[in-house]
Amino acid sequence: MRLHEYQAKQVFADAGIPTPAAQLADTVDDAVAAAEEIGYPVAIKAQVHVGGRGKAGGIKLAENEAEAEEYAEDILGMDLKGYEVKRVLVEEAVDFVNELYVGVTMDRGEGEPVAMVSTKGGVDIEAVAEEDPEAIAREHVDPAFGMHPYQARKAVYDAGVDRELARDVSSILQTLYQIWDDKDGSDAEINPLMITSDDEVIAADAVLNTDDDALFRHPDLVEMEEEGEFEGSELEEKADEYGFDYVRLDGNVGIIGNGAGLVMTTLDLVDHFGGEPANFLDVGGGAKAQRIANALDMVFSDENVDSVVFNIFGGITRGDEVAKGINQALEQFDEIPKPVVVRLAGTNAAEGMEILNEDLVTVEETLEDAVQRSVAYAQEGSQ
Amino acid sequence: MSVLVDEDTRVVVQGITGGEGKFHAEQMIEYGTNVVAGAVPGKGGQEVAGVPVYDTVEQAAKAEDANASVVFVPPAFAGDALFEALDAPLDLVVAITEGIPTQDMARVKRKQDETDVHLVGPNCPGVITPDVAKLGILPGNIFSSGDVGLVSRSGTLTYQVVDSLTQRGIGQTTAIGIGGDPIIGTSFVDALELFEADQDTKAVVMCGEIGGEDEEQAARYIGEYMDTPVAGFIAGRTAPPGKRMGHAGAIVSGSGTGTAESKINALENNGVPVGDTPEEVADNVEDLL
Repeated sequence: MRLHEYQAKQVFADAGIPTPAAQLADTVDDAVAAAEEIGYPVAIKAQVHVGGRGKAGGIKLAENEAEAEEYAEDILGMDLKGYEVKRVLVEEAVDFVNELYVGVTMDRGEGEPVAMVSTKGGVDIEAVAEEDPEAIAREHVDPAFGMHPYQARKAVYDAGVDRELARDVSSILQTLYQIWDDKDGSDAEINPLMITSDDEVIAADAVLNTDDDALFRHPDLVEMEEEGEFEGSELEEKADEYGFDYVRLDGNVGIIGNGAGLVMTTLDLVDHFGGEPANFLDVGGGAKAQRIANALDMVFSDENVDSVVFNIFGGITRGDEVAKGINQALEQFDEIPKPVVVRLAGTNAAEGMEILNEDLVTVEETLEDAVQRSVAYAQEGSQ
Repeated sequence: MSVLVDEDTRVVVQGITGGEGKFHAEQMIEYGTNVVAGAVPGKGGQEVAGVPVYDTVEQAAKAEDANASVVFVPPAFAGDALFEALDAPLDLVVAITEGIPTQDMARVKRKQDETDVHLVGPNCPGVITPDVAKLGILPGNIFSSGDVGLVSRSGTLTYQVVDSLTQRGIGQTTAIGIGGDPIIGTSFVDALELFEADQDTKAVVMCGEIGGEDEEQAARYIGEYMDTPVAGFIAGRTAPPGKRMGHAGAIVSGSGTGTAESKINALENNGVPVGDTPEEVADNVEDLL
């Protein structure tokens, strides 16, 4: 899961990392009251999971009450790259002379965590990694031992951080690693880590993304997740409720399959045969009839969809369950909303073909034929 | 001949008393696999799927002379189960479990590096040597024995490709599903090394997908060290950056690494034909044999 900035800052502050004074507000009045209490200037920051908030107008600096009111009005309720802003963080504006980057992530190639420090903070660190990889000092951590204090110091010295600041910055990096480790982090980042004119070090932004597979042992994170509302389109929210791996795309051929690799391959084939995929939807392994019916409901809910291809290669998923689910979903319609092409192979495919109501769907034997048929239907449907 | 799994493979099923564990233990036995024991803490003394259950993997391995395990233990306890299997010791551990926390796997991987145990998975369909034995959940009936090795990150995509091969009369030595997680025990390179050393494997099919750089490393390995020809496939050409396509590991990062294009180029530059469709992959295998 991705924590909001205000949540991540709270976690960081609880662990002893200095953060600016701040308050969360969901109305203009509350935002202004918070600004008055903190003292001007303040930064007013949209709390949505969108990169580049500043450039998109989601972060503004208010020098006085009038500006605080104006900017809070602008930002609250605004549409930021498709997300409605419901809360802002009103935060003491830090007067900085320098900006650093510190982060911890999993290096999947090495199978080990890696800590990173750069003096090029305050900008997109991925761009720095690409254009000037030498500007980021990296220190791999042995997961059996965790980060040794010397490793935090080494990363900080290697990055070329001012020597007067090295002790404070390496202590923050050490703490950041501990948070990453304790919370089953995938990424923990402070960008920028601000340096003030009197050499104070302050986390002006905070990123903490954690492993969804480890949420079962972090009730505190589950609570934070519930505190935020679901962010995303109605379709994504529906997929979340149904528990599907779902990604919406721009095309008009709806795609349902079992297993991530096979569903991706079906998308690629739709593209290969001149169609445009509308989505990625993986029903997972061993799906029962109701889940299959939910998947069809999901794809029919997308108004862009002009046809649907169902591609199931059963291993632990059984063809008869799939057929039952397709019948169940389609028999409730007087008229089938969009043409559905079905290809069933593998476990109990023959039983499935007997159950499947062929008045409601088009059946194809091979993956290629099924994809081509669905692309043809979509092209007819979009005319 | 085959890799990883043969007539001498004697299997302990960890988590055999659970629904999945029991069902697939029965399926494995039906296929002809030597499943000799189950291991579940607190369930020692029971009998499930016709084999004795022990409290620990070590007890099971000693009593039944087992040398491999298949892990169906739920994700919260799977990391611990893998440490137990690696310590037993065994020669081969196949982890089917999906959803093991990544940090747990980092520690397991660290442990594995200190041993000679082959760990396959997690989040994988398993390993099969057709007509001999299967360790995992692969549907045995679509495989046939022959001389093509197969390694894949995805389960059902493996089935699709194997089906195309089998229908053309092209059988397999061994098929290895390495799993779709960010941290896995057996990489493409590890699997390719095994096939390269196997006299009976005349060609290899490698099915990769977006995310990570494992396929690029495999391409370099093939170019430098392999005599056995390889045919490739990469899923996820149409995947947009930043969106995870089902598998935890299948994501093109914002900075553009892990793309299908990069993987396809790397493979082609090292002499590996990459099919646009699973059928084209089967065509390419026919040409290579």
